Amino acid sequence: MHTLTNAWQERIAIRTLKGRPISRGQAEGEALVTNQSISFLGSIDPDTGVVVEKGHELEGKDVTGKVLVFPSGKGSTVGSYVMYQLKKNGTAPAAVINRSAEPIVAVGAIISDIPMVDSTEPDAIDTIRTGDRVRVDGTRGAVDIL
Amino acid sequence: MHLTQEEESILEGDSGPTLKKAMEILTTLGDIYGADSLIPVKSAQIAGVSYKTIGDAGLEWISDLEGTVVVPSILNPAGMDLERWQEMGVDAEFASKQASIIEAYRRLGVRCECTCTPYYIDKELAAFGDHLAWSESSAISYANSVIGARTNREGGPSALSAALIGKTANYGYHLDENRIPTIGFEVDCKLTGADYGALGCLAGAEAGSGVPMFRLRSKPYDTELKALGAAMAASGAVALYHVEGVTPESGHQEFPDETIIIERRQIDDVFDEGCGKECGNEPDLVALGCPHYSASELEEAARLLEDHTPAKEVWICTSRRVRDANPGLVRRIEDSGAKVFVDTCMVVSPATDRFGCVLTDSGKAFKYVPNLCGVGARIAHINECLAGEDSD
Repeated sequence: MHTLTNAWQERIAIRTLKGRPISRGQAEGEALVTNQSISFLGSIDPDTGVVVEKGHELEGKDVTGKVLVFPSGKGSTVGSYVMYQLKKNGTAPAAVINRSAEPIVAVGAIISDIPMVDSTEPDAIDTIRTGDRVRVDGTRGAVDIL
Repeated sequence: MHLTQEEESILEGDSGPTLKKAMEILTTLGDIYGADSLIPVKSAQIAGVSYKTIGDAGLEWISDLEGTVVVPSILNPAGMDLERWQEMGVDAEFASKQASIIEAYRRLGVRCECTCTPYYIDKELAAFGDHLAWSESSAISYANSVIGARTNREGGPSALSAALIGKTANYGYHLDENRIPTIGFEVDCKLTGADYGALGCLAGAEAGSGVPMFRLRSKPYDTELKALGAAMAASGAVALYHVEGVTPESGHQEFPDETIIIERRQIDDVFDEGCGKECGNEPDLVALGCPHYSASELEEAARLLEDHTPAKEVWICTSRRVRDANPGLVRRIEDSGAKVFVDTCMVVSPATDRFGCVLTDSGKAFKYVPNLCGVGARIAHINECLAGEDSD
């Protein structure tokens, strides 16, 4: 009970997470958090922005306009282009936060003008909850929980 | 990462949005991998060409870019022979999308020669010690290992960014410390032809993204090294390897303590393995030229096809330049009923998908065809691949 309260208080206390800038720009949105890696090719329908990967924690969830928080990218390098297509279709996430950026999602975020930050302190996946209102500054590498 | 004033100004957008994005990609990858600076590249080889792999998403991105590449830049294979696509069984809609992708690259000043063996068509693209931004996995392996040039495994967008800026981030295989062998392979039998692709299937799976060093009993031709590297880049993520006494950097490297011995029996098992998918089909397509055949390999195919018609449909893939430089060999091959296709290969073309099982002499195609084409695959030596009905 004691630990729980502490963890809760800590969460309340943290308003700004300091991370590493990956893709420039600022955006704000509702957080969508998962502990599972995401492959943009095949896992997200570019027309709707809905996660279609069977068995994924976010299956059926819409990433459109969300601040998408996940550990890292995986899968085909074509995933970078898929992020660009999401952006063009108006179904892209507003911003991306990774625990550890890899080239597929990093390059995808840059070419698509999606602000992105990684390696936050404290850890974004442990700190941000789905539904939190979050502001991401990909130029400075900062995340504010509003 | 340290940037020069000029690089900073490009990053701030002073040279327009396309170069700004390109610079962002290069510097971000540099930061992710701990590069200290950007270094000039001699050439770029850009993947992300086949409409089958990049789709509408890739086409849109490339079409939206503006600018001109500043170093010699060449493309990876496309999804079809740009002229003889109908003969391959490619449909008109695919062909039209594919043509749009090629046109989008042409607009950026990229040489629209589509090949995974750029080193056969222009020696200027890569020489010993040159830094490159190449992205086709077998070409990367050949450039690093056989030529002694230096390139990371660039993705399509980062290779194109490097082509537009003329530089890439200095990390990974550009640095001496990452070119040291991490795992040794001692092969206790003599090898020839497709044996090297089979060896690559085994060694790549063991080596992962490490740097293998080989001790061989036979001296491989460059075409056999090409096959070895291509297979290791498909079964693992090998971008550089050394062969004792053969490859240009091997003399400066020590044979690793951690060594795996490979026996004849294991090589033979790869040939007996079948497609791994239990496709249940007898091979109905023979596909050679993965990576694209050299003139010497075309010559061997022509010799083996002399005086008979192959039992199955045969495609031999090469670059347009090598085909055009060897009209006599191409005629001899095509007189047998086999077809020489250029600009493409069996792995990236949708035309492969309609077959049941592919017979190939390539360890790389053997690994990729089942996953990327949903078709079975078997590996065999070239003489078996091109045998006529009688010799079966």
